Amino acid sequence: MSEKMVPTRDGFGKELVEIGKANEKVLVVSADLEDATRAEYFKNEFPQRFFSVGIAEQDMVGTAAGLSLQGFVPFVNSFAVFMTNRAYDMIRIDVCYNDCNVKIICSHAGVTVGPDGATAQCLEDFALMRVLPNLKVVCPVDELEARKATQVFAKEIGPMYMRTSRCAFPVLTKPEDPFVIGKANIMREGKDATIIACGVHVSEGLKAADILAQEGVEVRVVNMHTIKPIDEEMIISCAKETGAIITAEEHQKHGGLGSAVAEVVVKQCPVPMEMVAVDDSFGRSGSPEELLKAYHLKDVDIVESIKKAIKRKTLQSV
Amino acid sequence: MAVRIFTLERRKMTIQTFEKEALKKKAVLFRKEILQVTNAAGSGHPGGSLSAVEILIALYDYKMNHKPDDPQWEDRDRLIISKGHVTPVTYVTLANYGYFPKEELKGFRKFDSILQGHVHRKVPGVEFNTGSLGHGLSVVNGIALGAKLQKKSFRSYCVMGDGEIQEGSVWEAAMSAAHFKLDNVCAIVDYNKVQENGPTNEIKNLEPLAEKWRSFGWHAIEVIGHNFDQLIAALDQIDTIKDKPCVIIAHTIKGKGISFMEGERGWHGKAPNDEQLAEALKELE
Repeated sequence: MSEKMVPTRDGFGKELVEIGKANEKVLVVSADLEDATRAEYFKNEFPQRFFSVGIAEQDMVGTAAGLSLQGFVPFVNSFAVFMTNRAYDMIRIDVCYNDCNVKIICSHAGVTVGPDGATAQCLEDFALMRVLPNLKVVCPVDELEARKATQVFAKEIGPMYMRTSRCAFPVLTKPEDPFVIGKANIMREGKDATIIACGVHVSEGLKAADILAQEGVEVRVVNMHTIKPIDEEMIISCAKETGAIITAEEHQKHGGLGSAVAEVVVKQCPVPMEMVAVDDSFGRSGSPEELLKAYHLKDVDIVESIKKAIKRKTLQSV
Repeated sequence: MAVRIFTLERRKMTIQTFEKEALKKKAVLFRKEILQVTNAAGSGHPGGSLSAVEILIALYDYKMNHKPDDPQWEDRDRLIISKGHVTPVTYVTLANYGYFPKEELKGFRKFDSILQGHVHRKVPGVEFNTGSLGHGLSVVNGIALGAKLQKKSFRSYCVMGDGEIQEGSVWEAAMSAAHFKLDNVCAIVDYNKVQENGPTNEIKNLEPLAEKWRSFGWHAIEVIGHNFDQLIAALDQIDTIKDKPCVIIAHTIKGKGISFMEGERGWHGKAPNDEQLAEALKELE
């Protein structure tokens, strides 16, 4: 593939600077990882609106909640592991229960974090974040979508969580493509099964669809950029129109995108489903590509899952 | 209550005509109502409520600029009750200062009432939902930082429990307040020496407490937290401190005022039954 490759964290960082020029209410509260999350771009441009509380994630989230009470729009940022795990109670109480207008931006999620290994590879953020009332959970597919998501975060009121990537992801969308929280986008049409994916797995899904097309199997690919609120309408129509669903994500199989989709499928439109996800284990060091292979998260793994789901579909209809 | 606006003007008047006896009477009334609301609810936290009565009266009656008829007044002083379980004293105080009808107190902890078991913003006068310990000070810092950016002169207060400050997040926030020179922050520790499972300094020693705060860059003042003269002197003193946050360590007695509750950990989270209520009310006469 010859797509442009850019980490989605870069999209967030660049767009926040643009937003900061127009909106003086936008602030950044940081816990000493702004270089990695790209919130540093904002710090360089607007040092007077940037606050580092040091390595103190709980304090970062609470401070941001306080700033939001004064009408500011604070963006907090860290690695997904430290934010969602370390500061969970503050996200739950200070941000979600108090319904504060705090924007949570987390880079370094999934196995594509690479060589840093398990403690830096967050594989449970969707599960942790999507059970919190009031919180919206977004995972942009590419740099462009990260920019659009950042704009929406700054504009719309309420708690929001965004997962960005350390690793460069292919740019799959165009500037004119719509981005609406809770409205998934179809990236490729097909009638035999649907891959519902987020993040880098949308491109893995497209590659899987290419492989299957050579065998005469037509697979639809959906970019489910919003994990919560999940696009039920899209899931139902995909189930009805293609009869099988395969989810793909770099997250634990428990509680992530696959679970969110399954919750809709089971209730509204039961069809065979398979999940491509991390199977109840921690990450490890390696290159993103090596890790995607080792954890069975590649296009070929999606292909296998699609075949399984389609086979079950045929069995059910006999 | 006749006076419903508590502003600088009102405070000047109060200083001149300050009557300790009236505040003491108020404290007795609040204690009775704390016991009545917990008895009616059949649950709640009287121990740490009774220890904080004078602290809240000194704040609401003397120190804070606030308008009960306009709880969202943008220049009001902010107060976050970080020890969010002390709803009895919080709600009794807010009702008595006119934030909502006292009639509402009957609904405390009930399903169809706004008076949740832990402090909640639905209640007029409450700034922030709390109940999980160690949250308030960071939020107060955020408000104070925002106020500095907006060039607003109001002050932000945080009432904390002593057991609460065993939470590490409190010390993250303590470092931040000093680092950002938040002289518009005032923390008040209700140092009643008892937490859920026993004496605070046996469970995990806080001492030397004032030195701890000072070493974190705070101006620390120690007072007897049931003595209005001392509380008010401390609250006056914080106005003179520049470029650093202030903490008032208020030495108090858990369950203050009721002989069988004082210093007893059992009354941290238990309501008095009818008989105990009658006995307690008699003691307060």
